[in-house]
Amino acid sequence: MAPIRLSEILVGAFMALGFVALFFLAMRVSNLSMASVDEGYTLTAKFDNIGSLRVRAPVSMAGVRLGRVEAIDFDQETFQALVTLRIEDRYDQIPNDTFANIYTAGLLGEQYVGLDPGGSPDPLRNGDRIEFTQSALVLEQMIGQFLLSKAEEGGE
Amino acid sequence: MLLDSLANLGRLGLAILASLGRAHLLLLGILSGLPAMLARPRLLLAQIYNLGVLSLLIILVSGLFVGMVLSLQGHYVLSQFGAAESLGVMVAASLVRELGPVVTALLFAGRAGSALTAEIGLMKATEQLSGLEMMAVDPVKRVLTPRFFAGLISMPLLAAMFSAVGVIGGWFVGVGLLGVDDGAFWGQMQNKIDFNEDLVNGVIKSLVFGLVVTWIALYEGYDATPTSAGVSRATTRTVVQSALAILGLDFILTALMFGA
Repeated sequence: MAPIRLSEILVGAFMALGFVALFFLAMRVSNLSMASVDEGYTLTAKFDNIGSLRVRAPVSMAGVRLGRVEAIDFDQETFQALVTLRIEDRYDQIPNDTFANIYTAGLLGEQYVGLDPGGSPDPLRNGDRIEFTQSALVLEQMIGQFLLSKAEEGGE
Repeated sequence: MLLDSLANLGRLGLAILASLGRAHLLLLGILSGLPAMLARPRLLLAQIYNLGVLSLLIILVSGLFVGMVLSLQGHYVLSQFGAAESLGVMVAASLVRELGPVVTALLFAGRAGSALTAEIGLMKATEQLSGLEMMAVDPVKRVLTPRFFAGLISMPLLAAMFSAVGVIGGWFVGVGLLGVDDGAFWGQMQNKIDFNEDLVNGVIKSLVFGLVVTWIALYEGYDATPTSAGVSRATTRTVVQSALAILGLDFILTALMFGA
């Protein structure tokens, strides 16, 4: 066995390396570095249909991620989906007539909330509700409509 | 004739039960040596050197190559669906959740577990353990406890290094050689790999595997027939039983953590 001093140094290096690897996995590989759970402000939006939107899906405007979907609830009175969005604090100039859509990344990709800016000079504040929303495109509905229109064409 | 075979079956069952009982009593004895070991941390240190530091090379090199192969094969399948950007997620998820803990534990059983069994078995065969007892030193507390905790500490660290090096290997092949976009590789990975869901569960897995592998190795060594053939058989049993235990437990842990 190596002399005691050397083995101590090597064990120290080994353990340090192990923790560096864990730290690397935590910060670089997992989402811990962006787990800004308590930071930012929240907005809500009601959608008729959110498709397969999931909690933690990105919220983006012009393709830039501004925040995440924090919670998805169901409104028993209007039978709509109530989506809570958490937006990072530095993006505090989103107009209050902004339009919220649910888009799909790629043909089969995951769904995310896309914001289209309005023209109002007043920004949205913490807890505000986005009034203008558009539902997710559901593939089955689109195919259904397509078939319907085809059938009508054929009937003429 | 029938009674004989029935008796054989019964003897086998009783032997397995007795062996399990001895293993658990040994574990109890090992754990009760914890306070004594904390008083002499140098014993633990020397064993972490034996089990952890000396396993580094095989773990790091294997991790690198496993990550690189994952990246190559993953790219082949994913690019057919136009989803090569998800390569990072695939590599990282398979490493952190499964391959990191499992492959590290298998290598650890082969590299460190077999060495432990052979060492303890030889100590028994050459009557060093009895010698310790003659000097009123409990061989379980003095010899086995530091080895057990060294294995328990080394395994998660080795598994973390395996995964980290594997991700870097996967990045090297995916981004460096196959031309996947660097930002997409890391970005999608960070989006999809959850700290609690994936990383913490992976660490828990490697802790469990570390416990089981070290326990089996120490028990087999301590329980070995004190002859050359006995030590050789015990070493073989350690590797075989560790591998089976790791793979079986991995299924159960995966079902508990990620299933349902």
